[in-house]
Amino acid sequence: MFAAEAAETAVSWFYTHAWVIPALPAASFVLILFFGKRLPFKGAEIGITAVAAAFVLAVLTTFTWIGDVQAEIASHEEGVTTEEHGTTEGGTTEEEAPATSSEEEGLSSGEQAAPAIPAAEEEEEGAHATRGAPIVTERTWFSNGADTFRIGTLVDGQSVMLLFVVTFISLLVHVYSTDYVHGDRRYTHFFAFLSLFTAAMLYYVLSSNTLQMIMGWELVGVCSFGLIGHWWEEKANSDAALKAFFTNRVGDIGLLVGMITLYFASGNTFDVVEINSKAISGETSHTALLVASLCLMAAVMSKSGQFILHTWLPDAMAGPTPVSALIHAATMVVAGVYLIGRLYGVFWMGLSIPGSSINAMAAIGAVTTVGGGLLAFVQRDIKKVLAYSTVSQLGYMVTALGVGAYTAGMFHLFTHAFFKACLFLGAGSVSHACHHSFDMKADMGGLRKYMPKTFATFIIGSLALAGIPPLAGFWSKDEILVGTGVFPGTDGNGTYWMPFIFGMITAGLTAAYMTRTIWLTFFGEYRGHAHPHESGPRITTPLIILAFMAVVVGFLNLPEPLVSTLGLPEGWAIRFEEWVEPGGIASFPAIGHASASLPLALLASALAVLAGFLAWRYYQALYAKDPHAAEYTDGLRSRNSLAAAGYKVLDNKYYLDHLYTGIIAGATKGPIASAAYWINQNIIDGIINVAGKFSVGLGRFVYHFIDQGMVDQAVNASGQTASGSGQFLRRIQTGQIRQYATLMFGSAALLVAVFIIAI
Amino acid sequence: MTDFLNDWGIALMVFLPLVGVAIMMVIPGQEEETHKLIALVATVASAVMGVLLLQNFDYDRTRELQFLVDRRWIEVINARFTVGLDGISLPLVALTLLVTPLVIVYSWNHIPEPGNAKAFLILMLVLHTGMLGTFVAQDLVLFFVFFEVVLLPMYFMIGVWGGENRLYAAIKFFLYTLFGSAFMLVAFLALYWVTGSSTFNLQDLAAEVAARDISLRTQVLIFGGMFLGFGIKVPMFPFHTWLPDAHTQAPTQGSVILAAVLLKLGTYGFVRIALPILPEAAVEWAPWIGLLAVIGIIYGALGCLAQTDMKRLIAFSSVAHMGYVMLGIATLTNFGINAAIFGMVAHGLITGMLFFIAGSVKERYHTLEIKRLGGLLVQAPHMGWILGFTSMASLGLPGLAGFWGEFPAILAAYNPAPGLSVSLFRTYMVIAAVGTVLAAAYLLWLLQRTAFGTPKEEFAHDDHIHDTVFTEWVAWVPMLVLIVVLGFIPSIVFDVTNAPATVVGDVFEALGR
Amino acid sequence: MYLNQFLILAAALFCIGVYGVLARRNGVLVLMSIELILNSVNINLVALSAMNGDVAGQVFALFVIAVAAAEVGVGLAIVLLIYRNRRSIDIAEANLLKG
Repeated sequence: MFAAEAAETAVSWFYTHAWVIPALPAASFVLILFFGKRLPFKGAEIGITAVAAAFVLAVLTTFTWIGDVQAEIASHEEGVTTEEHGTTEGGTTEEEAPATSSEEEGLSSGEQAAPAIPAAEEEEEGAHATRGAPIVTERTWFSNGADTFRIGTLVDGQSVMLLFVVTFISLLVHVYSTDYVHGDRRYTHFFAFLSLFTAAMLYYVLSSNTLQMIMGWELVGVCSFGLIGHWWEEKANSDAALKAFFTNRVGDIGLLVGMITLYFASGNTFDVVEINSKAISGETSHTALLVASLCLMAAVMSKSGQFILHTWLPDAMAGPTPVSALIHAATMVVAGVYLIGRLYGVFWMGLSIPGSSINAMAAIGAVTTVGGGLLAFVQRDIKKVLAYSTVSQLGYMVTALGVGAYTAGMFHLFTHAFFKACLFLGAGSVSHACHHSFDMKADMGGLRKYMPKTFATFIIGSLALAGIPPLAGFWSKDEILVGTGVFPGTDGNGTYWMPFIFGMITAGLTAAYMTRTIWLTFFGEYRGHAHPHESGPRITTPLIILAFMAVVVGFLNLPEPLVSTLGLPEGWAIRFEEWVEPGGIASFPAIGHASASLPLALLASALAVLAGFLAWRYYQALYAKDPHAAEYTDGLRSRNSLAAAGYKVLDNKYYLDHLYTGIIAGATKGPIASAAYWINQNIIDGIINVAGKFSVGLGRFVYHFIDQGMVDQAVNASGQTASGSGQFLRRIQTGQIRQYATLMFGSAALLVAVFIIAI
Repeated sequence: MTDFLNDWGIALMVFLPLVGVAIMMVIPGQEEETHKLIALVATVASAVMGVLLLQNFDYDRTRELQFLVDRRWIEVINARFTVGLDGISLPLVALTLLVTPLVIVYSWNHIPEPGNAKAFLILMLVLHTGMLGTFVAQDLVLFFVFFEVVLLPMYFMIGVWGGENRLYAAIKFFLYTLFGSAFMLVAFLALYWVTGSSTFNLQDLAAEVAARDISLRTQVLIFGGMFLGFGIKVPMFPFHTWLPDAHTQAPTQGSVILAAVLLKLGTYGFVRIALPILPEAAVEWAPWIGLLAVIGIIYGALGCLAQTDMKRLIAFSSVAHMGYVMLGIATLTNFGINAAIFGMVAHGLITGMLFFIAGSVKERYHTLEIKRLGGLLVQAPHMGWILGFTSMASLGLPGLAGFWGEFPAILAAYNPAPGLSVSLFRTYMVIAAVGTVLAAAYLLWLLQRTAFGTPKEEFAHDDHIHDTVFTEWVAWVPMLVLIVVLGFIPSIVFDVTNAPATVVGDVFEALGR
Repeated sequence: MYLNQFLILAAALFCIGVYGVLARRNGVLVLMSIELILNSVNINLVALSAMNGDVAGQVFALFVIAVAAAEVGVGLAIVLLIYRNRRSIDIAEANLLKG
């Protein structure tokens, strides 16, 4: 497809043919659609094969990428400047300009509020001067006027990272689903959609321009719609699907407007690299960047469930659990975060991230972390707890990017995908055992005895989520808190107090609500009416793999001080950062890196442990009283009106749903649409009808008075004259020949007389 | 071969259906199958001619008229038989050539009440000739004649084979469009006299207008006449009210052709005639056209939300979609015009498809009242999925054809032609973007209430309700495939339209400087 | 030779003929009266032709005689038919031409 010439040895086949990765599941979708039902495993085998192949390719791409980046770093350390291989055949227009990068480095660090970056860090930056430049493979898509639009793939650290995550989790979810949705009404259809989703997500991840991103963005939205509404016979499910789609569409207004603004502001291009480069070099006006980033934030808010557009995400749990794990926890919902990372130059400049103390992105993220975390406390439905937890964690990621901690955000995205998928699949396993109920209070409790594997993996996932060291969540969350640059000795890109405080609060909240969930689900006595049992191997194996990942992936990005303190090999430090975050290239801003702080890590962990412990005590006391209880009968709510009011607000989800569904959607669908239609029927169409009636009336008038009265009268009169005179003349016609002869001769005589007299 | 095509290709393509009509005239009406066959053969023959033309079309010269034929016709009034094909007309001709045979295939077992396949198909063939002729005519009088030829068959189709209120709808359709045509004709004649041109040839007229110093006021007035003629046909807000009635009452085939091709005659007229001939007036009119377009987008969507009838809802969605097309045109940029032409093709395929489905639903359930429908996916899964797919396409999902009409139009509004108010058009852009949300709302809402859920009690055990049948598949599959293909490879259309659209766009570019 | 005598004769014959046509009710008599009128014309034609020395008038007279013969033939046939239908040849009773 792309004429990759072998001469360009530097560019790996995996980069130029990255398009194969989304193409595989796409082909699988088509195959399942047409042949799925006739196959022995109803299409599941095609999906699994395709995703497995995509996974293998993704892994190979990942390793190729890591190898290349390591080689780049090594060559920089040796002081050798390697040739950049940013372009390939059929290639790109963008130019990597390593020469300018060091200048920018100095410039942006000069702008930072923090007095100085430690010398060691500066050197570190210098050593990585150009690493991880994106590799773009493109071909012409269509042209418009003088502008040519291209389609292609962009491979860099960020996309490789997500390629890995998406294919990995998708594969596990595929395997898990063969058991979980076994015997479903639309088993084949389910796998077709999973394939389509995987293809769309990978397409989005690999997009080399914003137009493709819009396509991928919407396509994953549709798959989400289709999968949330998988059981569309029940109205609640299709309502949830519609809500998800509408909310995302609202955000899409921002996406469209933002992307269009960027297109024109960057000189008629959709190219991601070019947009970023122009934004960073200052070629694009700051106003345009600000407008674009705010518009795009709206899109991020809807897709990544940020406050106040998060409401669809918990409802989306109406879909099958594997879908929730894949789409609404690990992959699709991070599309917004990915978007920020993809256009980081735009946001960096547009929102003036460096050297500030607050910006829209950080604020939205911070509010979301706490808002989502609080809501998780009042849910009965285990999946909704996890959904709000996802909202909260997505808030973390956005906060991280908002405060300039790019790697921290991406790393949290990475780790979160594993432990949240583990939790969701665990919740699915639990409900599988309890007659497909997700109600923790009514149908669960004491399950640890019945399903030990699920219990163990769930605990590991929860610990990782709560940020208990040394599990994955701890490392990534710690980096985000460090990245706010508030804690003494961290020195980030600014001093973001509010995100820091909110982040700390959430660290505590997370531990507490997860403890609550675990207690309600696994401790006490079983409250339901089913016969709970451990799930089969196709469900538990993915759980174990994910739990394992939740333990280990955090070690990928050990902070530098820790590595040197513990005497570990130097290569172990900040590997993830090196692999994912580009350095010293024109299309990525020169961001400052905060340095890790042991006291902060201890403080945050202590907070989490403390909160968890308190919650633990609370439920321990409850269950000591009555092992079948799910809540205190004489709880705080019944004693304190403020607490009751707070609970009510939370229980009603801050009344946002009432606003959206009841007021805005209701008004649009009801009064406003009816009014518009009324206007149509009665005024606009009324005018036409009145005009029509007037014409008819006028016609009648013309017909009766003018036509019939005058014109026709004249015609009639002429006729009547003719017939009248005829009546008169017919009297002459007696039929008497002699009379005729008389007349003839008489008139002849008369004529003769006339002639004689006249002549 | 090439010589033959150059001289006769277009004429044969346009008039072959009439040969079919002549043959059908002499065959008694009882032999329905023969009539269907002849009608199909006639349209397919016309399509084959079209394919030959498309094959021999020089895609490097899309901006020029190809297969140009210029013959004497009515010498007294200097009208000539001038037909030709260029990048603007080509996609629409192709669309027409595709849709009519499919509609005839669909008619195979869907001849609406009160029957009489002979008359019905004869009207369809006449319609086909009229539509093709409009898209290839390069002479104003010829254009006008074809433009009007279309009216009568459609009038009869609605009036004879329509629903309960068919006479009202048919007369409204006929008179409303005729009303516009009258103004259009006056505008054409005014153009002829004011320029003192010796022909009605489009390019000659454009050259004459450019060469002579005609007052802006006159130009604006003449444009106004054309605006009424084309705008009613589009239909633009507030001239749209004939459309829902016509669509609701028309038989399925009529609705499909109406949506797929007939509405495009108006927008095509803007791109082909109004803009190139009267560019200065177009600049004056553009903000108003843009305004009406965005009002149409929002208003059509709101109208959809208030509907209780599936077909009427789809009809209203046409108002919204054509709003995007008109917005693209109103920007007066090559991007906008490209988007508009793509939008026409996409809307033709998608909305045509939606009407097909509505017709089939009506055939099965004998009602289109949304309240009474539901659970289509249970009773006719394939059809339900096709409805879902088409709704997605209609709401402008990227990767399907609808997106490429909608998004570039919105994009173009960010940066309209020089001389137009940028802030005004950016406001339009945002409003149009809001319209995409409403589009999602009404289409998914429709989908939810008709396809999702379980069938209502009254239809739950109705054996008459069956899934898609063979003729439906034959008629639908080409359209569905095209919707996907165009969605992923928009260059199929853009490559053809780009050059001529740039010619139009450049005029305004030069004008604004 | 004086032309006058012939003209007076012709005029007298004409008047008799007209009288016969108008006054008589018998169809045959009416036909005979018409013959008189025609013959008066013939006299005029012959007289004037002789006076002018031009034979054209006499030729016309011959024509008139021939036409008169035919006319009598047709006329008698009509009278015969009237008689057959009405058992009478009184033309006052024949008013089929009444409008």
